[in-house]
Amino acid sequence: MSATTAPGGPSEDGAQIIPLHAATGREDGPPGDRNADDRLAEVLAFLRRRLAGEYEIDEFGFDPDLNDTVLLELLRPLYRHWFRVETVGLENVPADSGALVVANHSGTLPMDALMLQVALHDEAHRPLRLLGAHLVYQLPVLGHLARKSGHTLACREDADRLLRKGELVGVFPEGFKGIGKPFSERYRLQRFGRGGFVASAIHAGVPIIPCAIVGAEEIYPKIGDFRSLARLLGLPYLPITPFFPWLGPLGLVPLPSKWMISFGEPIRTDEYGPDDADDPMLVFDLTDHVRETIQGQLDALRLRRGPAFPVA
Amino acid sequence: MARTVLVTGVSRHIGARVASALAADPEIHRVIGVDTAPPPSATLDDGALLGRTEFVRVDLRSPDVARVIRAADIDTVVHLSLVSGPSHSRTAMKEHNVIGAMQLLAACQRSDTVRRVVIRSTTAVYGSSPHAPAVFTEDTEPVDGARSGYEKDAFEIEGYVRGFARRRPDISTTVLRFANFMGPGVDSPLTRYFSQPVLPTVLGFDPRLQFVHEDDAVEVLHRLAGEDHQGVFNVAGDGVLLLSQCARRAGRPVVPVPSPAFGLLGGLARSAGLVDFSPEQIALMSHGRAVDTGRIAAELGWRPKYTTAAAFDDFLASRGASPADVLGVLGGLLRRR
Repeated sequence: MSATTAPGGPSEDGAQIIPLHAATGREDGPPGDRNADDRLAEVLAFLRRRLAGEYEIDEFGFDPDLNDTVLLELLRPLYRHWFRVETVGLENVPADSGALVVANHSGTLPMDALMLQVALHDEAHRPLRLLGAHLVYQLPVLGHLARKSGHTLACREDADRLLRKGELVGVFPEGFKGIGKPFSERYRLQRFGRGGFVASAIHAGVPIIPCAIVGAEEIYPKIGDFRSLARLLGLPYLPITPFFPWLGPLGLVPLPSKWMISFGEPIRTDEYGPDDADDPMLVFDLTDHVRETIQGQLDALRLRRGPAFPVA
Repeated sequence: MARTVLVTGVSRHIGARVASALAADPEIHRVIGVDTAPPPSATLDDGALLGRTEFVRVDLRSPDVARVIRAADIDTVVHLSLVSGPSHSRTAMKEHNVIGAMQLLAACQRSDTVRRVVIRSTTAVYGSSPHAPAVFTEDTEPVDGARSGYEKDAFEIEGYVRGFARRRPDISTTVLRFANFMGPGVDSPLTRYFSQPVLPTVLGFDPRLQFVHEDDAVEVLHRLAGEDHQGVFNVAGDGVLLLSQCARRAGRPVVPVPSPAFGLLGGLARSAGLVDFSPEQIALMSHGRAVDTGRIAAELGWRPKYTTAAAFDDFLASRGASPADVLGVLGGLLRRR
């Protein structure tokens, strides 16, 4: 029905009254109404697929249909309007081959992981497959949302498998040391795990893309830590920020800092053979190289961004 | 070469189907089926299906099976007698599974005629854990030490099989780790679970499940009974389904239950003789499991005809399950617009 009225719309453009009556008179659907129709049809088609169970997930539990339509959609307002994320160097992200994105980790809660995912999905059109901490997969709801969103456990088998399939894999090698560091240490990279990510990249022969994320450090400035309570709850840390826990749930609203994400020039690993992944010295050296590259990138990007909370 | 095949577990569905497939194969001289209990309806459907299979009632936990192997000059043993759902007690199940396999392997080790042994195992040996890789290959070491029930039996049986293969390297030993069987005739804890009007799930978890269609399982077992392929192979349909997706396809409502209550409910259901929710079943219902099937595809040049989703749909079709009515309403809405 909407398809037949659509061509009629522009031809009757002369009658200027029509748009004014658009709210009440439905007989001559203006373009806006048609979009709403399409949108509704899309939503219904989505619901129909969901209810019938007729969608595909991959072996890791990634559900692209749900991810694109629901999960990312929930994050987009935060990405666009709250953190006003800007990206630099997207041309360094390969369009369709495997690569390992290595980024700094900060912000107390892994908001940076989510924003990186939106950035790569919406601007580079690639789903990001993050390698997450064990803790995430032990928790109900969170673990399975992470899987549906395309992420998996940080282990060698999964990393190798994803890279072999040509996926864009993301890691935060600082882990909890990075995301849980105090505000006073912001933008200072912590130690890079055991370099397992480098071994995986060499093994698969894919490039490492150094990535700097500026802005996440300021969302929940961690000024203290309930250490014993955290240990009791089995958490790596339980942060005190200027607003949490003092303001209760309100303290969980992230501060609207200005964000920038930059992707550096790929660091090639294809000059090594797969056996070099078992050479610890080479892996350590390359890990250090990646770390220094990201630190440099981070410092430059921080200067470029300027104040975290621009007044204007 | 005239071949004589011994099939264990012929009183159960998969065993009966494999025996009848072998019996229908003109290259096979003789098929001898053994089981602890006689086939449920030896004279009617299954009896007809078994074809020229000669049934011998043997208590698999006793050394009697050795006599059968000796008397009939068996050259190929297909061991399918692995019980997953205890209709009886756990001890009986364990004896049936583990002691049964030990007796059979002991008999094979002594035999001069046996050339090939095919053992049915399960992907449950990998366990289900949040700490394990998402996709298991045959080389993956199981991460979690804590295992129970069926899982533990299969794990122990595989240990004995490895020992046997070491002592008799001249015998071709194949271990097939099957994903959960699915299909019109399959009666397992999982198919019984999906036949309930309402599906209890573990709150906050949506596990990945993988199925293998019974036709594919029978085909691969039939083929391996005639070919030497040493080693361990995963067998599963391509792709995975989430439990929530299965429930939607089945048109069954789910009731999310917190995991301690799920265990309690499982215990109650089991004691009432309804559905079986053993501890390993609960782990599967929480964390799920998927396996890589690249090795068998490369070795045999064979892929299952049914994907995981197709196997599940075939199972649903056989049960006459209809998709939710909500769908019809939605479809109507779409058409009206």
